[in-house]
Amino acid sequence: MSMSGAGILGFRVAASEPGACSERCSIGGSLFRNRPPRRTRSRETMTEYDREPRALFVHREGDVWQCDPGGLDKIHKNSLALLLPGTEPIFAEWLAPGQIAPGKMPVLLSRVLMASSPRLSTAAPRLPSGLVAFVKKSCATCEAVVPVLEQLAARGDLTIYCQDDPKFPEDLGAIDDSTLLYSWRQQIDVVPTLIRVESGAEVDRVIGWHRAEWEALSGETNLGLLLPAQRPGCGSLSVDPNLEAELAARFGDSPLRARRIAVAEQEDEIEAMYARGWSDGLPLTPPTEKRVMAMLAGTSRKADEVVAVVPPDHVECSVEKVAINAVMAGCRPEYLPVVIAALEAACTDAFNMHGLLSTTLGTGPVVIVNGPIRNEIGMNSGMNVLGQGNRANLTIGRALALVIRNVGGGRPGEGEVDRATFGSPMKLSFCFAEDEEHSPWHPLAVDHGFEAGVNTVTLFAGEGPRNIIDQLSRDPESLARSFAVNMRTVHHPKMAIGFDCLLVVGPEHARVFHQAGWDKAKLIERLHELLQIPGDELVRGAGGIAEGLPEGVAGTMIPKFRPGGIQIVHCGGRAGLFSALIGGWISGEMGSQLVTKEITP
Amino acid sequence: MTQSDQGSLLLDPTSERSLAVREPATRLSSLDGHTIGLLDISKARGDIFLDRVQERLIERGARVKRFAKPTFAKIAPANLRGEIAVECDAVIEALAD
Repeated sequence: MSMSGAGILGFRVAASEPGACSERCSIGGSLFRNRPPRRTRSRETMTEYDREPRALFVHREGDVWQCDPGGLDKIHKNSLALLLPGTEPIFAEWLAPGQIAPGKMPVLLSRVLMASSPRLSTAAPRLPSGLVAFVKKSCATCEAVVPVLEQLAARGDLTIYCQDDPKFPEDLGAIDDSTLLYSWRQQIDVVPTLIRVESGAEVDRVIGWHRAEWEALSGETNLGLLLPAQRPGCGSLSVDPNLEAELAARFGDSPLRARRIAVAEQEDEIEAMYARGWSDGLPLTPPTEKRVMAMLAGTSRKADEVVAVVPPDHVECSVEKVAINAVMAGCRPEYLPVVIAALEAACTDAFNMHGLLSTTLGTGPVVIVNGPIRNEIGMNSGMNVLGQGNRANLTIGRALALVIRNVGGGRPGEGEVDRATFGSPMKLSFCFAEDEEHSPWHPLAVDHGFEAGVNTVTLFAGEGPRNIIDQLSRDPESLARSFAVNMRTVHHPKMAIGFDCLLVVGPEHARVFHQAGWDKAKLIERLHELLQIPGDELVRGAGGIAEGLPEGVAGTMIPKFRPGGIQIVHCGGRAGLFSALIGGWISGEMGSQLVTKEITP
Repeated sequence: MTQSDQGSLLLDPTSERSLAVREPATRLSSLDGHTIGLLDISKARGDIFLDRVQERLIERGARVKRFAKPTFAKIAPANLRGEIAVECDAVIEALAD
């Protein structure tokens, strides 16, 4: 069977004989003979169908075309209808030259074709030669130019495509373009659009109503003499922002390469996703082609570009896979660059996501966003900054976790890599923005080599946050001491050096330091001084507690945190003399190092 | 098509890979003359455990080679895995603190 001339909307089989296919082939008649369509254009039309075999149905598996066995219920989701030679007269009513006009097809046939994978889409359908007009009934200018269209129709070479009502304009035989295939493929921005076509190729087009232009294009004179000389048109439905992603997914040369998972009519999508193990325990947004295409519009990167090699399975992850998981997480497209940058940071050797995932400790990636993008995408850096209620904060962190789960294979449980003793709610999502606007200090990313004002994401391997309450300190020394005694308890008051700490300083506490002229570096320096701990207090057995450091530390001073092991970020509500503490996982080259990446569009 | 009376099409969020399942090597029938690798993952006190295991293995006629990961927090480097595979007939790994 030759597939020459194949296009999504139907084919002529250039050199096909019915016997060339296997015996299982459905030679079309069964489609309507055995199971009449539920809706047909008319009883007469259906009877006409029943007379002759006329089409066969095929679908593609990889690069191989397979004939579908008979019976409509067996038709593959990606089936395409092939018209057999000599049957065109039967389909004449539905055929534009070389194509089936979608609006003229029987409902069921149309639906089968529309279910085709966008991967199968090919070139734009050819327009018939002569004049071609694109209109919609809901456009006042289109209504106004109906008399002009009637004038042009008298020539006999006018073809009209209507976007919203196949009966409009009345009695002019408009082709139903309610699927918007023709409009989308011909890049119609405005209706009415009048196009002159010669030998299937567009020669000229005019948009809106402009008498002189219409006359020049058509070669006619005295068009629409009762109309004003010109009148602007309306926006084409094919460029409706609400339809853009769906149309691109349906008709475009889709960049999507992910396997399609068909969810049956009776199946609940949410439950189907749970059943496949895609969920972190909470419901997911179904990653449809439309939603993923819309998500991909959030980045300038190509869908097949590899973002990172994701642990624990060490799998290459494309932008498309990030987008799919971002959809499921509930992200908006404008969040995608943040998710991508976060994934890049997570998958560096320095951050060591593999180890962080597989530890028995209840830690995970903490995602901190700096730069103007925080406000542009509506992230929260103020009240309840580490809590619930902000879509960007919650879904960016969740998307990162879902990529690691679904692409990287990092799932919790027996036989899996993540066998944390307790885990932590922060492993679902822990992402927030720094409050740069009200901070007396430079942003976190500046501490790590980036200019202020650059969009960055910083990943810190840590646990959930813990409050530090100090409502009485009004001088920086007292408040620093409050911080230090709390920071000493990270993981255990008798443990030292092995873990870093992220100090989240609230606005009311930051003000105390600022008013006393303490910059961030001074606070960190003082905290390191205050957190020099006598080894005698840390040694195993000290305080009647077996846990602690080896004997060798006795008689020495031991720093709680390594140099560079205290990070500070400013955020939180404007009321409350509180700060928060996020204890780290194993620090440094032996464990995880904080990683900052620039967020690129 | 996103949803219709035919159901809906979702895009697979996974890697779409079937990971190869590898059978463990056949267990040794005896220790005599075999080289046993002892891998310390560098968790605290793992060396104490492996020292004792080494004594017992040598008593039973095995040869022992000691290896250590640079850190328990990262996967073993490829060259270390390769070294163990080439030089040993079996390996014992000390996981616990």
